[in-house]
Amino acid sequence: MISVKALTKQIGAQKILQGIDLDIRQGETMVVLGRSGGGKSVLLKHLIGLMIPSSGEVWIEGRQIVGLSERALLPIRKRVGMMFQSGALFDSMTVEENVAFPLREAGIRDGAEIRQRVDKALEVVELTGHETKKPENISGGMKKRVALARVIINEPACVLYDEPTAGLDPVVSDSIDHLIRRLQKRMGMTSIVVTHDMKSANFIADRVAYLHEGRIYFLGTPKELMASGDPLISDFVRGRSHETI
Amino acid sequence: MLFFRFLGRSFLSFFSYLGSLLFLALEAGYSVIRMPVRWKLTLRQVVEVGYRTQMVVMVTGAFTGAVFGAQTFFQFHKLGMDTAVGAVVAVSMFRELGPVLTGLMVAGRVGAAMSAEIGTMKVTEQLDALRALGVHPVDYLVVPRIIAVMISMPLLVAECVGMGIVAGKVVAVDLLGVKQAYFMDYMLKFTGARDIKMALTKGACFGLLIVLIACNQGLRAREGAVGVGQATTQSVVIGSLAILISNFFLTLILNIFYPAGV
Repeated sequence: MISVKALTKQIGAQKILQGIDLDIRQGETMVVLGRSGGGKSVLLKHLIGLMIPSSGEVWIEGRQIVGLSERALLPIRKRVGMMFQSGALFDSMTVEENVAFPLREAGIRDGAEIRQRVDKALEVVELTGHETKKPENISGGMKKRVALARVIINEPACVLYDEPTAGLDPVVSDSIDHLIRRLQKRMGMTSIVVTHDMKSANFIADRVAYLHEGRIYFLGTPKELMASGDPLISDFVRGRSHETI
Repeated sequence: MLFFRFLGRSFLSFFSYLGSLLFLALEAGYSVIRMPVRWKLTLRQVVEVGYRTQMVVMVTGAFTGAVFGAQTFFQFHKLGMDTAVGAVVAVSMFRELGPVLTGLMVAGRVGAAMSAEIGTMKVTEQLDALRALGVHPVDYLVVPRIIAVMISMPLLVAECVGMGIVAGKVVAVDLLGVKQAYFMDYMLKFTGARDIKMALTKGACFGLLIVLIACNQGLRAREGAVGVGQATTQSVVIGSLAILISNFFLTLILNIFYPAGV
């Protein structure tokens, strides 16, 4: 589905990605783990062409996207959705208008059809009844769920999630985890999830990639990750900093 | 050596800025020709840019016309040329003051708002979200604004000029005692379609400059609230300077096509 070859990204003197090779299979959920500032979100933005790499290749469904113009990328992005860490909802629109946005942009003009699909998407993310609210009047967790509804309404082949559970309470986090899993099972969606949340990673991941200093340090199943004796991974998985009081 | 390095860097950044403006203009031109125009968004912008800016522009035009009428009268009265006040006010309002003042007002009110809105969308990842949803930011944000400004600017210029002339007439005729018949006769004698065409052409050119500069500043805004603030300030400063500088060249060029005088 998505393939990354020797991807590097340097901003100024800082080398953020230093040769990433990664293959994401059709229908799987790949979780990208790593410490803050490790380049996870930067990697995610490269997968959809929102950032231009310093070198390397990104292939989506057999098409190299590096070097394509912004306009050539637009149809590809309709096949690969992205949920941003902040939600990135359009603040001039209501919840309903945000979720309906991809449908209207796809040229659907039938109001009844739009309403029906928006209702369904909001039902999936358990936000029925909040249609007329503006983004500034809903909580962070609700914003993320609206963003998710906006991404899935057009049923893309793949969804990229940037920290979908960061800053949410455990119950909402769990509901988002279940939602990601459900979308994979019911609709066969490929998912790439960037997170720090080990509980979430264990629940949703088919495979896990651990990013360290701009490289893939570990690639395997969640079970293999948990069983790893590598001190770096072991510390991350168990949340140990080795600091003393 | 340091001076030349500074000079070289300034030139490079100036041409790089001009390049980014040109690139945006070309992208917008492509979008207007090849992509469907979002008329609902355009209409909303017409309301924002045109309808809601009328009051500022009319007040500016009226008081400029009034002051200009008074000053012209004070000077011309000494020479016994009171009756020429109408012609001077009208020709000046049409050919220079109307378009320039409207441009400056629109750059301040509308240009700043556009930069702030687009800049905020940039720093809150809304622009990235737009791109991730398969929508080109130029199609969605820039083109409706360009069309709206191109529709609104000539009308705003006309309102500014109209108010200026009316206010000039009120001051000169009703307050300072210039004879209305002479005022009107000279005004109509020295003002023609060429002046109206010049005003509207300048208005359209300034409108295009304002919207391109404002959208470009918003799209280039750096991270954070400070970045949005800087983008907004620069939008007004660059927009205003661009209007004043380009006005000089437009005056020289347009005077070939629409020469002043009888």
